[in-house]
Formats: sequence, C-alpha cells, structure tokens
Amino acid sequence: MCLAIPGKVLEEFDRGGMRIAKVQFGGIVREASLDYTPQAKVGDYVLVHVGFAISTVNAEEAERTYQLLEEMDQLTELDAPVVDEVPTRKPQ
Amino acid sequence: MKYLDEYRNPRLAQSIISEIRRIQTRPWVIMEVCGGQTHSIVKHGIDRLLPEGIELVHGPGCPVCVTPLENIDKAHAIAGQPNVIFCSFGDMLRVPGSNGDLFTLKSQGADIRVVYSPLDCLKIARANPDKHIVFFAIGFETTAPANAMLAFRAEQEGAHNVSILVSHSLVPPSMTYILQSPQNRVQGFLGPGHVCTIMGYREYEPISERYKVPIVITGFEPLDLLQGTLMTVRQLEAGRATVENQYSRILDREGNVPARKLVNSVFEVSDRKWRGVGWIPKSGYKLRWEYREHDAERLFHVKEIDTKEPAVCISGQILKGIKKPHDCPAFGIQCTPLTPLGATMVSAEGACAAYYAYGRHLDKQRAEASAQAQVGGAA
Repeated sequence: MCLAIPGKVLEEFDRGGMRIAKVQFGGIVREASLDYTPQAKVGDYVLVHVGFAISTVNAEEAERTYQLLEEMDQLTELDAPVVDEVPTRKPQ
Repeated sequence: MKYLDEYRNPRLAQSIISEIRRIQTRPWVIMEVCGGQTHSIVKHGIDRLLPEGIELVHGPGCPVCVTPLENIDKAHAIAGQPNVIFCSFGDMLRVPGSNGDLFTLKSQGADIRVVYSPLDCLKIARANPDKHIVFFAIGFETTAPANAMLAFRAEQEGAHNVSILVSHSLVPPSMTYILQSPQNRVQGFLGPGHVCTIMGYREYEPISERYKVPIVITGFEPLDLLQGTLMTVRQLEAGRATVENQYSRILDREGNVPARKLVNSVFEVSDRKWRGVGWIPKSGYKLRWEYREHDAERLFHVKEIDTKEPAVCISGQILKGIKKPHDCPAFGIQCTPLTPLGATMVSAEGACAAYYAYGRHLDKQRAEASAQAQVGGAA
C-alpha cells in the first residue's frame, strides 16, 4: 500500500486554501492534493498516494508505472467511493 | 508501447543477471524492505532469475501486515460505538482482529467507510456534524504526509468531530532491529523507493555506516529490482557499505521537503509494536500534544488489549529474513489469504500472501508429494 500511482493533472483549483487537482489515472479521474508538489501544474504527471501528489514524474515513467501497477492489481485504492462535498450546514 | 518495454526488457534483464554472475564470488543475503517490492519480486519471479547464492529475503515493509493486533482490536472497539463513523483504507477491513474484522462489523450495522484519501473524512465530518469521525491512520512514511494533513486541517478548521487512530510505523528503526538480531542473515538492503520519495535517504546513512551494510534505495519495477540487486552485490563484493540511489529518476537525498515538514509538525516519534515482531523502540509516530483533541485513543479511552498470535505462525522470523513462507508448516494449509494466521498473510503485500498468490504453496505440496512417492517406491 506504499505504492504511489501516476496520473496526469487535468485542472487545478483552490478548496479552502488547499491546492486540489483533478488527476486522470487511465480511465478514472480523481482529486488529489498538490500541497506537497508546489511545482506541479496542469499537464504534468504526478505520483499520487492516498489522494496526495508526492512527486512529479515524466510521461514515459507515468505510462510504464501505471501499466505495471495495473498488472500487479495495485490500483484498488482508486476504487474507493467518491465522497461528495456537501454545503456546510448552518447552525439553526 | 515503447516505454512499457524499457523496464522489463528481457535482454537488459539478462545482461544485469550476467553481470551479477560475473562479479559474484560467494553467497549473499539481500533483503528488500518494501512490501510492494516483495509483491513485484514474487510476481515476476526475480528471486528465481538471480544466480544461485544471491538470496532475496522479504522485509517488514507492509504496513497492513505489521499493524499490531491490539490496534485492530482498538479500531474494532471504536468502530462499534454508536454515533461513530469509522473511516479506513480498504486494505484494513479484512484483517482479522481478536474479535473479527471490520468488514464483518460493518455488515452487522456499524458505520464503517472505505475512503480514498484521509481528507475525505473532513467532508464526511461536515456532512455529519452530530457524528464523530474516526480515521484509522496506518502506514509507513509514504502515507504519513496524507494522515498528518488530516490532523492539521481538522485542527485548523476547528473540526472537533474528527479524530485519528494512529498506527504508524517507520522503516529505518525496523532495519536496525533486524541488523541487531543475533540471528541476522541480512548483508545488504534494497531500500524502499516510495518511503524515500517522502523522507529522502539521509537517515539510512548512519545505519549503513554503523552496521557496514550496503543500502540501495530501489524502485519496484523488475529492472529496478535487478539493478538494485546488482548495485548491492557490487558493494558487497568490493567490501563497501554506503547508501546508493537506484531510484534517482524519482527521488533525491532530501525527499519531499514540504511533506516532511508537515509530518514533523503533527507527529512525534514514539515506540511502536509491530505485528509478528514485537516492540521496536522509536519505530512509530504518535500525535503531538497540540493535536490531542484529535487523538482517538485519548478520546475513546480504549484500553491496552493484550493479544496473542497463534503459536504455529513464524511471521516474525519471516519479517526478519530468518525464514521463508514455505518453512512454515501451516503455510497454504491452515494459513491462506482467506484464513490468515499472522502478519505476513493478512495483506497481498505480505511475503506469505505474495507466495500464495503466485502459486508457491503448490511447489511445497509438489515437493512433499514427490518425496512421499519416492519413499513409497523405495518401500
């Protein structure tokens, strides 16, 4: 479970002061925090571990590593359910 | 698909293996530390491609495996309480504790949720202000920045209904522990690539120097593992012992500085029990005092639970590189991934589970059947 999964940064936005990106992993798009990779920008490939980009990688490395993880059945963390943001409830 | 071939090019692999054979003058025992590396080695049969006398033994670097039974029992005790939403990475749900696993508890009605990121707990907390959200923060250094960020954000946002049950392990103290054992066989290490992506490799240098053991920080692709082995054998044959970085395309000596900084501000080093191994000094994290409001152990008053592992299980010796899965009489018989008896079988990255997944328990059964046939033939 220490393996990080490479994906491509499609877009980035701010959520409550955190830099969040939409990252594409094969056919799946999930969010990841870019707070630990300030150098990462849209179009870059990042290694993502449990929702956090921990390093940038080049496209070739990303492609190869993704295929290997897929063969090793190590992409299951991407299958975890998406938790939708709900508006904060105002105190009554 | 040009790039796919680059790191598993059979000709390149063969040339590395030939080079190892050329320089090798005696047997060497090398431990790969990380469970992801173990999985890759067994899947690709790398240990069987290496020249005779180069033995790979499998280290303790599977965080799910080494999460102590006591902490699984604590998770179980907290998750069963009313008004608790217990969140975890999916890998932990099927690990059996003394009173069953979290998956069964969930099927009995407990609100247990698998999350992709620890930060999902903040969203769940905002949507459920009348519930307490507890996150089971397991992992090695690779996962610590994500878990630390949950505590940091919860504190910053004043999310009083979020806490974390910390069960973090650190790699370098476990290597020191292995090297200090009187039964130690390990002469060189393939260091953990993704752990060092966060931590860098400065802290491995004093270990290499003190115990005169080569440590080569290595990736987990087949050619990475072969190159890491070659670099380790080169050092061993030359009588050198330093830290080298095979995985330099991903990491450098300093690691990920912003991540390390946040981890150090949230966690402090503490003693930690490892499943199958026991207590290792200064080998884990606990929350700093400033984060005590988010410490689930403190909030839920879960007592220290004393647990015992089945006597037949040799996972402690496997994690230290003293034995291999097929040395265990229960391997593949009473102990399988569906009915695990100990640490190295509870997760796919454990050595026993990896051996089982790739059919190595059948080798043992075939060898025993053939030995019996021979005995029968002789009689």
